Parts: sequence; C-alpha cells; structure tokens
Amino acid sequence: MIEAEGLTKHYGAKHAVEQLSFTVRPGFVTGFLGPNGSGKSTTMRMIMGLDSPTAGDVTVKGKHFKDLHWPLHEVGALLEAKAIHPGRSARSHLKMLAQTNHISMARVDELLEVVGLTSVAHKRAGKFSLGMGQRLGIAAALLGDPEILLFDEPVNGLDPDGIRWVRNLLKGLAREGRTVFVSSHLMSEMALTADEVIIIGKGKLISQITVEELLSQSTENFVRVRSPEAAKLKLALEKEGAVVALEDDGSLSVRGANQVAIGELAATIPVVLHELAPQSASLEEAFMELTEDSIEYHGTTATGPTNSTGAKS
Amino acid sequence: MSTVATPSEATPRTLPPGRYSFFDLVKSEWTKIRTVRSTMWTIGVTVVLGIGIGALVTAVTRAHWSGMNVGQRVSFDAPATSLVGMFIAQFAVGVLGVMVISAEYSTGTIRATLSSAPNRSKVFGAKVFVFGLLAFVVAEFTAFVAFFLGQFLLSAPATHATLSSPGAFRAVFGGALFVCVLGLIALGMGTIIRHTAGAISAFVAMLLILPIIVQVLPTQLSMDVRKFLPDRIGADIITTNGGVGQSFSPWMGMLVLALYAVGLLIIGNSMLERRDA
Repeated sequence: MIEAEGLTKHYGAKHAVEQLSFTVRPGFVTGFLGPNGSGKSTTMRMIMGLDSPTAGDVTVKGKHFKDLHWPLHEVGALLEAKAIHPGRSARSHLKMLAQTNHISMARVDELLEVVGLTSVAHKRAGKFSLGMGQRLGIAAALLGDPEILLFDEPVNGLDPDGIRWVRNLLKGLAREGRTVFVSSHLMSEMALTADEVIIIGKGKLISQITVEELLSQSTENFVRVRSPEAAKLKLALEKEGAVVALEDDGSLSVRGANQVAIGELAATIPVVLHELAPQSASLEEAFMELTEDSIEYHGTTATGPTNSTGAKS
Repeated sequence: MSTVATPSEATPRTLPPGRYSFFDLVKSEWTKIRTVRSTMWTIGVTVVLGIGIGALVTAVTRAHWSGMNVGQRVSFDAPATSLVGMFIAQFAVGVLGVMVISAEYSTGTIRATLSSAPNRSKVFGAKVFVFGLLAFVVAEFTAFVAFFLGQFLLSAPATHATLSSPGAFRAVFGGALFVCVLGLIALGMGTIIRHTAGAISAFVAMLLILPIIVQVLPTQLSMDVRKFLPDRIGADIITTNGGVGQSFSPWMGMLVLALYAVGLLIIGNSMLERRDA
C-alpha cells in the first residue's frame, strides 16, 4: 500500500507536483501515467524519500520510507536505468546493495539468473545497453523480495521480448499480492499490464480509474454501420436520439446507441445491414483525451523547412 | 483485457529483527570503494609515486653529496627529503576522497544507495570511516616505505636518519596522517559541491592557489594567516630541521587541520541530509 496525501513539490517557481492524492493497493498493477515532465519521477522519488515534499505526505505501509528498518525487504524500486557506476560490475553493484540489508550472495546470483545477466555479471556496467541496465535495475528492485515495488518506465530500451518479460513479471508480482506501481508515458503499454491507472498531467491528478472504466468512459466509443440504405437508417437512428455521422467511405459512425439497439432498429424498418461493428477507443486515445490540456512539451508534426525564427541553436 | 480480479492475499512476511546497522553499511562502502578502477588508480599513484619520487630525490642527493657545500650539508633534512613524494600523494588521495562521494552523484548510484539505506548520516558515517581508514593505511604504508628506502639510499657519507632521530617519527607518521586528513577534507568538499571537477578544483586551489593569494596580503596579515593554511601545516609536520617560519607547532597544526576536516564533514553531512538526492 502506498498512500499520497496532498503531495506537493515545487522547484523554485516550477510546480512539479501539485496536491497529489492517491492510493496504490496491493494485488494489482497500478499504472502511473502522464506525459513527459508531468511529475511521475518526482513523485516516485518522494515515495522513496529521495526528494522531500514541499507539502503533503506520502507513506509506504503507513510509514515514511526513511523509517523502514529493512528498506530493501520492504520496498524495491527501479528509478532510472543505468544508475550504476560504469566501472563496477553488475554483480558488485548488487553486492553492495545486498550487504546493507543482510541479503546473501546466493540471492544476488539467483536474481542475475532471473533477469538474464549471469553471463555478463562480471562485466563493467558501463558497457551495458539501456536494456541490460533496466534488467540490472529490476534485479536490484527484487533483491529483498519486497512487498511493494516501484518501477519508473521499466520497458524503456527493452526489445519486444524484454517488454513481454517485464509485463509478465509485473503481473506475476501483483498476483502474489504485492503492490506494484509502474510509471509510463505509454498508455498502450499500460493497457496490457495495468489493472488500474493513476493519470497525472502537469503534476496534478487527472484521474484514478480502472482501465476498463477508462475505456468505457471515452467519448470515442461508437458503432460503425454500413448499409445500402444508409440515409434511411441515419434518419431513423437520429429520431431515436443517437448522434450519427456519415463518413467519407459511406459508413455511419453512431454514438449514443449500442450495436444491439441499432440492429433491432434496422430490423424493424427494415433495412439491410452490411456491417455492425462496435469500435472501442484505444486507451491511447482515451488517455490523449484526458491529458490534452496538460501536455507540457508539445511537438509539431511539420516536416517541411521551418522559417528562420529559433532555428540554429 | 484488464479484469480487476480479487487480489490474492498478500504473502505474510517476517522481517529479520532489528534494522540495518552501521557495520552493514561499512561492508557495503568497502565493496563500493574496492570495485571501481579509480580507487586502484589513485592508490597506485599514491604508493608508486609516493615511494618512487622520494627514492629518486634521495638517490640524486646522494650522488651529488660530494659537490654540496657545508651549509647545504648541515641544513639537509634527510627525513623530509625521503618524504617528498607525499606532495604528489596528497593530490591522489584528495582525488579519491572527492570521487568516493561525487561519483555517486555523477552516476546516479546515490539513489540506489539511499534506497537501500535511507539514513543518510549513517551512510555518510560509513563512507567517511571506510575512506578514512583506507587513506590512513595507504598513506602510512607509503610514508614508512619511502622513509626507509630513502634513508637506505642516503648511505654514508650523506646524512641519514633513523626513526629515533629527532623529529623523524613525527615527520613520517604525521606526514602520512596529514595526507589522510587532507583526503577527509576532500571528501567533505566533494559532499558539499557534489561535482567531481568542481570539488577537485577547490581542493587543488586550497593547496596551490590559496598560498599565493595569502602571499600578496600585507606582510603582517600574511604572516598571521599563513600558518593556518593546510600546505604550511603539512610542511611543518614533515620538516625536522627547525621551523619554516612563523607557524604552529607540528601537532598543533595537525589539530587545526583536523578541525577543518571535521567542520567540512559536518557541513557536508547536514547538506546531504537536507538536499534532494
């Protein structure tokens, strides 16, 4: 269990995190979602006692992280990939962490095996790829077999195989009754991993919601209908209160009526249907909808040459 | 996709009794310091140059002994000459002292460290203890070997000393202790500044630039301030043939230097406690 209450962090004039309250429960994978720069990492650092909040409070198992007696046995965290001395081997890195919390070298070697780094355990970590750094960070988080786990962008830099491995690992950890809190700026990744998401934008809580609810709430849910008598069907649907749009390809996008109602209505008219397909918004779209107003850094999609203003830095 | 199933019961966990101790952190810091190359490099430089330069200078002195006049022979300081390599050693140990903490920041290891042991004063204490002990052992080893090798090379008719010669033991033991305490000053600077290059610059400036600045002060003021400078304190402890001017007594100087170290370490620790990691 992780509980944040009015958690706030200001860096000078910049409000990184603002009045954030949420609860992360055991037994679930809880996604922590937000655009880049929305305060996810800052929040995670405050949970770990690395940054102190400007206001508010955050606790793990009802205690401040600093007061834990055996931190590695209670909370494991991957905060950033490659937070390792480049000259130190993977095994030495884990060893120096293990020694602080009475963790055996047998456990260190076991975890190197689990994350697939046994063959490079004695190599200097500076030579590691980002993906290998992530694996080492995950091993460090799991060292003490903790009840609470934090992962900040764990799939960054991993290949598809690695991504699937992390996904299954997170779900497995949650199934064992652990609290799993994982940040990402990729909704699509969370859709496959998380049970629940905490969404923030510009440091503020936008929503704490289950993934299912998030999907069903989206206005992007509609039913696509094709019929040789589209115009007739459109009129009938609109009379029933649905919002119908005629698309360029001749199909109808129907909002405000589900496929059952549409099918039954069509039968009573009657018109022939060629397609009746409910369209779910992707979580990505649902997420974009929610965070639209709180994107810190906008990109542009222009590909042509830009004019001289601000060019050449 | 994401069916919110009933979570299984949290696995009941029994934590070991007590909590992580200072000794656990000492073990961890020892692992840290001996598993990076910069440690081996700086210790290698300390030992090899610390002994080698002393040997070179004493050998050259012996070779030119017959050409030296009486005044030069009388004022010749055999222990200090054999310890001349400690001048280089002090920089190598200083660099190690800075890097013991600054590398944690530059590599991000500090966050892994504090995630395994969030009591920052305890971590810092362990770091100071491990580095201090290592610096002490390495510096004393270097100084004693340099002394004995140097005196051996200064064979008759050149003047040479034994450990029981006046001031000799103080020069050897104290000279090494001086280097060790300078290392702790560097560790304090590294903790306060947190950047390797910045902290090393400050350390080098303290030993090389500060004396120049003090020199251009008005004479009386310069004389009064000069004895407080670390480089003068080091010269005083290593010299056996009379003082080098208006100074503290050798051990009094060491006490002043130790107070600098303690002060910087206390400031460093409180900043470590207060700042975001």
